[in-house]
Amino acid sequence: MRPDLDIVASLVGEGQRVLDLGCGDGALLENLIDDRGCRGLGVERELDDFHACVSRGVPVTQGDLEKELPLFEAGDFDVAVLSLTLQAVRRPDHVLTEMKRVAARLVVSLPNFAHWRLRAFLALRGRMPVTDALPYQWYDTPNIHLCTIVDFENLTRELGLEIDRRILIDATGRKTGGFARRAPNLLAERAVYSLTA
Amino acid sequence: MNGVGTVGTQRAVVFTGDRPLTLASGARLPEVEVAYETYGELNEDRSNAVFICHALSGDAHAAGVHEGDDPDRPGWWDNIIGPGRPLDTDRFFVVCANVLGGCKGTTGPSSVDPETGKPYGLRFPLVQVRDLVEVHRALLRELGVQRLLAAVGGSLGGMQALQWAIDHPTEIDGAAVIAASARLSAQNIAFSAVAREAIMRDPDFAEGDYYENDRRPDAGLALARMIGHITYLSEESMREKFGRRIQDAEVPRFGFDVDFQVESYLHYQGQSFVERFDANTYLYMGRTMDYFDPFEDRVAVQKQISQGKTSFLVLSFDSDWRFSTEHARLMASELRGAGAPVTFQEISSPHGHDSFLFPDPPEYHRTVAGYMDRLAVQRGIPARRAG
Repeated sequence: MRPDLDIVASLVGEGQRVLDLGCGDGALLENLIDDRGCRGLGVERELDDFHACVSRGVPVTQGDLEKELPLFEAGDFDVAVLSLTLQAVRRPDHVLTEMKRVAARLVVSLPNFAHWRLRAFLALRGRMPVTDALPYQWYDTPNIHLCTIVDFENLTRELGLEIDRRILIDATGRKTGGFARRAPNLLAERAVYSLTA
Repeated sequence: MNGVGTVGTQRAVVFTGDRPLTLASGARLPEVEVAYETYGELNEDRSNAVFICHALSGDAHAAGVHEGDDPDRPGWWDNIIGPGRPLDTDRFFVVCANVLGGCKGTTGPSSVDPETGKPYGLRFPLVQVRDLVEVHRALLRELGVQRLLAAVGGSLGGMQALQWAIDHPTEIDGAAVIAASARLSAQNIAFSAVAREAIMRDPDFAEGDYYENDRRPDAGLALARMIGHITYLSEESMREKFGRRIQDAEVPRFGFDVDFQVESYLHYQGQSFVERFDANTYLYMGRTMDYFDPFEDRVAVQKQISQGKTSFLVLSFDSDWRFSTEHARLMASELRGAGAPVTFQEISSPHGHDSFLFPDPPEYHRTVAGYMDRLAVQRGIPARRAG
């Protein structure tokens, strides 16, 4: 499993009812179900990823998470997970609000668009940044709503979400050292949050 | 790729006088015979049995061809059953049986009531989906099968797979519920009512006791089938198949006889159906579906589900307006609410309710194959042979 998913899994905890939005190949859910005693459901639009979930035996709904989310009942889940997917949805604010409705707790990870490498790329080359963490060209990227750590935290305040924990990670998905914590918006490539309403 | 080859329908008496079948309603049937077919071999630990539940007008002949039959007209679900197919007979022991109340070899209203020596007709008791399942289970006991790798079915077949998993959660690893419903809508029941009236108002219906008469309620049954068939196809598939074309002519004949191709098609469907189906069975199965409501007692369902580890596959088709995706979503949601793991997919297909019978689009069989492979892996059944 990707190291960042390990961090997400530890934030989810044990024995929870988990909704994983944009669950990819189901690796996180498989870990949560098999090793952490959780009950899980994934939502995944991409067919190859959906079939990977079926092969793993991970329960999954094939479809667009923004269409599926409103169909769940309030409080259906303990934790709703959105792992590196917020930047790819049409309305991140609506998605967060819906997650808050269906689950008591949210675990969200996102790439930080204010990381110094991206700032430097844009400042020095005058072009939209292309990096290991964000490897797409501006015209083919699924990441239509990139934001920074500061942007995201502002939005959580507006939506009435409280940040319980924030873990800063690098592009390989490992926790960053103490240095990044001094200026996360500049030095962290990604962040994982645990949020409650 | 070859299918299962030549097959034959077998019979087994699964309930008899000293051990009658007591139905969910409390009514009793002194004798129940079942017509069934099997494909593939039961493995040593008897863990590879897959039960195919058929729909309203289906029968036990799901795959392969009968001796002397046209090899191009195999069983009704041949495209999904066979070596290397999603219900892989190289690895699975596949069983399909005609349902209780049917007219294809299993005891139903056209069978002779041993107490009167005459066909039951409408004296046959109303049966519920759970009764259909109990008879399937009795057959499996005869075959030496205690548990199922999966129950798989479309439409009324899906309802049986669902009920099976709810009633006997520890006997079944997986339930694939395809193009089905856990609760017929008012519209569904309305269509069912018109079909029933078409049969019962036929002067030859004779209160259901037409078996010894010269005439049977063929007109009513054909009409019921025509109505049903309209609901099985989508508007799109009808437009593509027939459009407004005229049968055997370029210009309309302007009259009340069959003129448009779609009329000719429905007429043919109705006529060919009466040759192979019993009107009373149509009434009984229609009613079985109308009254089906497995989640009526949610607490009981939750208690049942929690005793097993059955995983569910719920599939719907976007052009199916008989049991639309809303039906499938309701089912998935009820099952999840009861704590069951459910995988759900709406597949884009032009064939309407009948989509579950078609091999295309390939996405459909890909999902079923992947789901079956996963169930197999969990039971230590070898993987599908490559190629």
